[in-house]
Amino acid sequence: MSVLTTPADIATSHALRRRPGADVAGAVFKWLLIGATVFATGFLAVLLAVMIVDGWDVLSGNLWHFLTHGFSQRSAAEAGVWQGIIGSLQVALVTGVFAVPIGVATAIYLVEYAQDSRFARIVELNIRNLAGVPSIVYGLLGLAVFVQTIHGFTQGKTVIAGGMTLAAMVLPIIVITSVEALKAVPSSLREAAYGVGATKWEVLSRQVLPAALSTILTGTVLALARALGEAAPLILVGAATGFLSFGDANMLETFTGPYTALPVQIFNFARLPGADWGVNAAAASVVILVLVLAVNGLAIYLRNRFEKQW
Amino acid sequence: MNPEKALMTQEPDARASDVSDAPDATASDVPATAATGVHARIDVSGVVSGQRPEAGTVFECAEVDVYYGDFRALRDVSLDVAEHGVTALIGPSGCGKSTFLRCFNRMNDLIEGARVEGTVNYYGVDLYQDEVDPVEVRRRVGMVFQKPNPFPKSIYDNIAYGPRLAGVKRSALDDVVEGSLTRAALWDEVKDRLKMSAYGLSGGQQQRLCIARAIAVQPDVVLMDEPCSALDPIATGRIEELIAELKTEYTIIIVTHNMQQAARISDMTAFFSVQANEMGHRTGELVEYAPTSLIFTNPDDPRTEAYITGRVG
Repeated sequence: MSVLTTPADIATSHALRRRPGADVAGAVFKWLLIGATVFATGFLAVLLAVMIVDGWDVLSGNLWHFLTHGFSQRSAAEAGVWQGIIGSLQVALVTGVFAVPIGVATAIYLVEYAQDSRFARIVELNIRNLAGVPSIVYGLLGLAVFVQTIHGFTQGKTVIAGGMTLAAMVLPIIVITSVEALKAVPSSLREAAYGVGATKWEVLSRQVLPAALSTILTGTVLALARALGEAAPLILVGAATGFLSFGDANMLETFTGPYTALPVQIFNFARLPGADWGVNAAAASVVILVLVLAVNGLAIYLRNRFEKQW
Repeated sequence: MNPEKALMTQEPDARASDVSDAPDATASDVPATAATGVHARIDVSGVVSGQRPEAGTVFECAEVDVYYGDFRALRDVSLDVAEHGVTALIGPSGCGKSTFLRCFNRMNDLIEGARVEGTVNYYGVDLYQDEVDPVEVRRRVGMVFQKPNPFPKSIYDNIAYGPRLAGVKRSALDDVVEGSLTRAALWDEVKDRLKMSAYGLSGGQQQRLCIARAIAVQPDVVLMDEPCSALDPIATGRIEELIAELKTEYTIIIVTHNMQQAARISDMTAFFSVQANEMGHRTGELVEYAPTSLIFTNPDDPRTEAYITGRVG
């Protein structure tokens, strides 16, 4: 038997041939990843399908009535989620009004002014921890602070109190995404602006913030979408679970009146006895999913709209 | 006097005399300072100190140390920079030449924990006095960076950014943009697409755009930090030609890793080296500063000779 000695000999033998089982670990890993992806998306698909099937009676025959009518104690067929949709949008609006400016301003301070100081690191760490606090805890905070302590401003258990509670809840998310967005602005951009004699304010307002805007916007809208889906804290700060009437109240007055929100209504539908209320709960779940989807779609649209084309 | 006119027409010398007629003219020449228009953000006459430098000297650096936190990156650098010349800073990586370059327009201020000791005098004014506004310094001492870093804006807006901040009127901007691009030898290539993104330009064009942006605010000095290191030889050649033309109007200080480039374009060359102490900290220092022709033919210091002949570094 001859000994293979030259590179040519080795190459023309079987050295370069693909060997079965050479990368078993890699193949297994790939299939594990595919499996996880299928499980995650499949889980969502099943959830959605179950809700649509369960709520089909309402979604197919009665959708318009369901969307445009308020709560009714008498029968499930008469009840609708109109007040919940309006309430949710109002709460989200108040949440945005409070959470976005404070959150973005905090992020700008942490990144641009406090820089890498010990103080900034401690604050940032705490904010990251706050993002993991259960929402019900924010409900308790809202009840103690927004409903009771500053009753004069919020008028008690109102849309404003609810919105401020959710603002406190999503504030950490907005701060964190904004901090990441600002940190992602390349230092070469700052240096370029400083290099032609820009002040710190000019660098911030005309270069850094515009560059970070699309990411900040996306994070903000996603945070608001999360607020849209919250029920637990709202129940504590007064979202009504029963009948409520706006009466002749105008839009402004409804901010300081009793209110409800979609997730709260779902909770309410689901705990009432009778199968037809369950249908309503499923249908309302589909409505809120569509609403959240719409908000996320808005986030994507805004990101593409404001993203630098160059 | 119209501030825009001041920005467009004023000779660096005229401005320099405002800040260096010390100390007898300090209080009396406030009107003269105001007449410099856009440059009158601070009252420079109030911060004048030291002696009027030798004619034709822009910078006098004496015993400059730069620290990053506790770590001394640069030790005891003293050198003078002449007006309307090209001064090259060369040396191995980590020798502190870029750090030193950033002392001239207080760019080190932007680095957390960076500290400059010693004096850096600009026409006799110590740039590191408390009364000096770094923003004003950078307006007079512009900078071009290693990697082309245009703003994510149109070509026009890239050039107009600095002049707008300086208060140049909208009606005068077109001329400023055309003039700056022309001097940066880029006008003919981009005049038909001024409104298009600067990111659509090639690397070499982007770097010339950055040079145009730097000179659009009418600085006295342009600092260049390895401006050609990301460019191919042809683009490098164009930038070098440009530097040769610009030095008639501006004082240029350039950091380069390319010794042939230093030999080709500079009048004076400073060779920096780096020394590690017993702790392993590497501190840069100035080895030799002399006319370029001397440095490259007959250096004083054996370390310079070893470096430029390619035996080290």
